[in-house]
Amino acid sequence: MNHWLLNYSVDWGMRNGHTPICSVWIILFAPLVAAALIALVTPKWKGVSAALSIGAIALSFALSMGLFLVFAVKHIAHQPHTIQWLVVGDAVRIEFGMITDPLAMLMLLVVTGVGLAIHVYSLGYMKGDPGFSRFFACLSLFTFSMLGIVLSNNFIQIFIFWELVGASSYLLIGFWFEKPSAAEAGKKAFLTTRIGDVGMMLGILLLWSRAGTFNFAELQAKLPSLGLSPGILALIGVLIFTGAVGKSAQVPLHVWLPDAMEGPTPVSALIHAATMVAAGVYMLCRVSWLILPSATALHLIAWIGGITAIMAATIAIAQNDIKRILAYSTLSQLGYMVMTVGLGGPTQAMFHLTTHAFFKALLFLGAGSVIVALHHEQDIWKMGGLWKKMPITFWTFLIGTLALAGVPPLSGFYSKDEILLLAFEKSTPLFIMAITTAFLTAYYMGREVFVVFFGQPRDRHSYDHAHESPLVMTLPLIFLALLSIVAGWHGRVPDFLGALPETGHHSVLLTGGLIAVPLFGFLVAATIYWKPEPSDAPVKAALGQLWTWVENKYYFDELYAWIVKYVQGTIATICDLFDRWILQRLGIGGLSVGTGLLGRTVRLLQTGSISGYAFLVGLGVTVIIYCVVVR
Amino acid sequence: MTSALTLNHYLIVSGLLFALGIAGVIIRRNALVIYMALEMNLNAANLALIAFSKFNRIIDGQILVFFIIAIAAAEVAVGLAIIVALYRRKQSISVDELTTMRL
Repeated sequence: MNHWLLNYSVDWGMRNGHTPICSVWIILFAPLVAAALIALVTPKWKGVSAALSIGAIALSFALSMGLFLVFAVKHIAHQPHTIQWLVVGDAVRIEFGMITDPLAMLMLLVVTGVGLAIHVYSLGYMKGDPGFSRFFACLSLFTFSMLGIVLSNNFIQIFIFWELVGASSYLLIGFWFEKPSAAEAGKKAFLTTRIGDVGMMLGILLLWSRAGTFNFAELQAKLPSLGLSPGILALIGVLIFTGAVGKSAQVPLHVWLPDAMEGPTPVSALIHAATMVAAGVYMLCRVSWLILPSATALHLIAWIGGITAIMAATIAIAQNDIKRILAYSTLSQLGYMVMTVGLGGPTQAMFHLTTHAFFKALLFLGAGSVIVALHHEQDIWKMGGLWKKMPITFWTFLIGTLALAGVPPLSGFYSKDEILLLAFEKSTPLFIMAITTAFLTAYYMGREVFVVFFGQPRDRHSYDHAHESPLVMTLPLIFLALLSIVAGWHGRVPDFLGALPETGHHSVLLTGGLIAVPLFGFLVAATIYWKPEPSDAPVKAALGQLWTWVENKYYFDELYAWIVKYVQGTIATICDLFDRWILQRLGIGGLSVGTGLLGRTVRLLQTGSISGYAFLVGLGVTVIIYCVVVR
Repeated sequence: MTSALTLNHYLIVSGLLFALGIAGVIIRRNALVIYMALEMNLNAANLALIAFSKFNRIIDGQILVFFIIAIAAAEVAVGLAIIVALYRRKQSISVDELTTMRL
């Protein structure tokens, strides 16, 4: 397979020293160059812009592949490559460095591979959009930022790129900024993740104040000898986890992700499903040596992940927007990953992250294909019967659904299996939550498939005009579908990351149960929704009051609106009054009125009478002489 | 006989002369008289300078006095010219009527 590429990369790497380190810099900076060129030079030429952007990510993908093959075949030890960036005295030393361990390489492949598919898909999806060039510039900027997170070897660098993905995510969610809802969603995403980022920054600074370095490798080596108290260790772990809570949309900062679906569908697939939201999980795995020693932090992480998983899954059963169902599903799966990190299994979390990136990107792109075919209709109740009209989209979407639900032998089964087994060993309540989530996942995905692709078409007009998407959109679907099938086989991914702890032999009953749960979920969904005229009515009747709660997403948005209105509003009013009355009237106003009064008083001395002046001069001189002589 | 007149006597006369001059400047309203009172101040200073010069046996003070007399003469020329110009304009040299230089 690709022998010329392999040989080329190896030779090239060898000639340049120990590792093909130059290629890492090209992987990182190619998308940035593309973004800059598009923004500055070629915004008018849409074709050139798209070619630049796709060329850049293809180059990054090819070089990542080369890097991976060199490592896989030759087992060349990767030297960390750093340049000193900011040195302030002896205390602060900030580097700009690259890390190319298996974890980073796996993530590189995921980001560039899925990214490449989505870049190509965007050619079809964004066709004819007035902001075509801007879209590709933003996409390239995002790719650059994301690769920066993946390759960072220290906390400051990862934080900078962390914020950069936040900024590019903001640009892309609000891509159709003329729509007020899109602009609002961009703002919401930016502000909500900012809350988490503040916590992360505090954690980084706290760790630095104790260890005196930002570098991951140095910190990892130093940490045991620092003798940090468990409380401080837990605090640092939790604070850094706060960043992941924001970025990976965990409870209670999950509210931004469903709204982020206002962005174009390729963006939802790339940023809000496959890569950026996974950055939180990646970061936790990157610093797992920091979190694993603290049982308190691990507990908190595991429970937040578990709660997110089951809560988002329950919300997903009552959504009507084809993309929002997938968004809540993403939340739920991210909850799985975070829970896994919390249970002490970063390898399993990365495994699920990888497979999830493939099948969730596939599902979003499939949904995008449906949305385009129906002229930007996103309500699943206005679809139906589409499987005959869009066979490729349907079959790939089905593969993605089965993979997500964890049906063997698709990739999702293997990664979810590892997670559930880990949960089974470590914590019974979390295992019950996780297995319920697995059932719900199969159920809501079954609902989506049956309602969208089966039954009678409910909107005859758009059904008649629906057609399969062009090749640029279906090819990425097929590519991702293949990856969704094979990515989990033989546990290759966890092997690559290093030893996966032996889970031991589990009873056939457990394994059988893990296979049966998603099938049962599909079965339930099929009995309710596989009809010519499906509806939510039977579920609504069965769940009663609970349905209202999940339909309204447990009123999180309302709660936050209330908090903002009353708590933050009160603080703002007090600040406003303080500003208006104390600072403005008393401070600024008082000074100006005082100066005016003083001036008026002193003016009385200015009589214009020469004898008056002479008297004052005489008096003054006398006083001076008196002071000098007599004193 | 000469020993009865000490430096202090001269300085007291000089001080009285100066106080008289200041009082004149402050109290009088006629610009010409104010001018004359100012000259009295200058001469009080001259007197003090000469007294110091004589009693300390240093000639510098007496030289300085010549300069002061010369400068005072030049000043009078300018000052009188100003007063004449004022009189031509206002038909008065009373300083009470010259209070336009104020806010």
